[in-house]
Amino acid sequence: MSTKQSNGFMGWIDDRLPVTQTYEKHMSKYYAPKNFNFWYFFGVLSMLMLVNQILSGIWLTMNFVPSQEAAFASVEYIMRDVPYGWIIRYMHSTGATFFFIAVYLHMMRALMYGSYQKPRELIWLFGMFIYLALMAEAFMGYVLPWGQMSYWGAQVIISLFSVLPYGNELTEWIRGDFLISGATLNRFFALHVVAVPLVIVMLVVLHLLALHEVGSNNPDGVDIKKLKDENGKPLDGVPFHPYYTVHDMVGIVVFLMVFCTVMFFFPEGGGFMLEYANFEPANGLKTPAHIAPVWYFGCFYAILRAVPDKVFGVIGMAGAIAVLFVLPWLDRSPVRSWRYKGWISKIFIIVFAFDFVLLTWLGTQPATEKLTLVAQVASVIYFAFFLLMPFYTRMEKTKPVPERVTGGH
Amino acid sequence: MSQDGVNKGRRTLLLGVTSGLGAVGAGFVAVPFVGSWNPSEKAKAAGAPAKVDISKLEPGAILIAEWRGKPVYIVRRSEETLANLPSLAGRLKDPENSNKAQQPAYADNVNRSRKPEILVLLGVCTHLGCAPKYFAEVKPEPFDAQWQGGWFCPCHGSRFDLSGRVFVGSPAAANLEVPPYSFESENVLVVGVDEEHA
Repeated sequence: MSTKQSNGFMGWIDDRLPVTQTYEKHMSKYYAPKNFNFWYFFGVLSMLMLVNQILSGIWLTMNFVPSQEAAFASVEYIMRDVPYGWIIRYMHSTGATFFFIAVYLHMMRALMYGSYQKPRELIWLFGMFIYLALMAEAFMGYVLPWGQMSYWGAQVIISLFSVLPYGNELTEWIRGDFLISGATLNRFFALHVVAVPLVIVMLVVLHLLALHEVGSNNPDGVDIKKLKDENGKPLDGVPFHPYYTVHDMVGIVVFLMVFCTVMFFFPEGGGFMLEYANFEPANGLKTPAHIAPVWYFGCFYAILRAVPDKVFGVIGMAGAIAVLFVLPWLDRSPVRSWRYKGWISKIFIIVFAFDFVLLTWLGTQPATEKLTLVAQVASVIYFAFFLLMPFYTRMEKTKPVPERVTGGH
Repeated sequence: MSQDGVNKGRRTLLLGVTSGLGAVGAGFVAVPFVGSWNPSEKAKAAGAPAKVDISKLEPGAILIAEWRGKPVYIVRRSEETLANLPSLAGRLKDPENSNKAQQPAYADNVNRSRKPEILVLLGVCTHLGCAPKYFAEVKPEPFDAQWQGGWFCPCHGSRFDLSGRVFVGSPAAANLEVPPYSFESENVLVVGVDEEHA
């Protein structure tokens, strides 16, 4: 399929490394549906945030000191004394929030348009593993500044493993000590800056390779490879470059405008992004009066707290994440996009989106009796959306899917 | 034996044996990597006993000591408190200390302590490890309308009475742990040492 030149500099390279062929396969001759909408920005925006995290993260390691005694002070040093240290740290901390915003909207897109359905199950699975690695990465990163929230957040999250068989030995092994200590901080630093980023980058490559093998889905859920012109190009497809590269630039600029507004004017995000308790050095003898996760873990934390039992709480929390992995096999609908699904699916997807936002908010609030009750109802809705899916997607009446995509540019 | 002299059975056997040995080798290589995550000798050695002077501890007051990096709560309970404790039994998950791992044998009694009035507890919530907060006063609290004094965990709302026993309705399943301790003299408590000196 590639038109191989065998002369010139590129010819010399191409005979030794398939640069032109790869560029054509993934950019200039990768045909993406022409009807992408707003929701299709968030894949590339997630990648942008990954690059932002890696770049700002590398610069942070140049001044951060991963030790129990010096970590907190080194973050202060970065903020006050290192030239441009404050902006690099805020790029990283704001980047974490915007990474999760982009990833959550990207997942929402897949949910609305059935992008996880056959033949895109592997894309979804790789995406879920990225999400899992990202949660581990964000959690360990939050421990590094060694503030009060770093310490007690680590204490609670690591204690979750104590419900497993050999729980005490296992938590000791994870901490490397009988309590959260410098040993824990140092190993989290190693995992946060080397091991997990390597895994994430590798998974992103697999995510994209799997996507480019089967082709992108679209808001109509129509398979654009069915109808092709005389040259074998999909009638409803446009080359990714230059059409979507230029298109995505607009999204990137708007996204970065919002990003910069938050970074420069609200870097603490009202305590949801950088919690105020974390401006106090870690103290193993005193738990802050209100301990809550950063906003992007709120949903799962709310589910953990909603169950008044240790083991079942942890099972509920783990189950809420695990159920996402099997989503491609829960949806039995003959159509992909919610545009052509029945009204039960449509209402359930909207309710689920609000439910997720509600749980996220609940997870950041102190658990009063009333809010716990709300969290319990919201948790039931969360699971109902997934566990009832095999039934309502099969029973409901769907609309006929058109041959060609609708709308578009 | 196949036609071109390839012994498929032997190939499969060789492949199986080398793969198996390779897997065993990989298992041995994993030993130092996995083992390296265990607590270091330095961490193991850091468990020295902690001496606490309790002479200035008033009835109802709490003293927070540090032992092995963890908070230890020491409370001098009043006569009324001790008299009131048995009445809570109906609201507790484990009023009889049936979980033996949560206290040494000498504290396995109605007051969960060596001396009835002096309570020594590890300030680590048995749910997910936060340090529960001391609410001494007997008055209705937002988390419990019939509060009789004790500890409330700010993380997930576990409640414990003035013997560190967990209330029904808490996510924690076990009573707060009583660490090993002894009295060196009338007013000096040693946390981390079981036997009596005095």
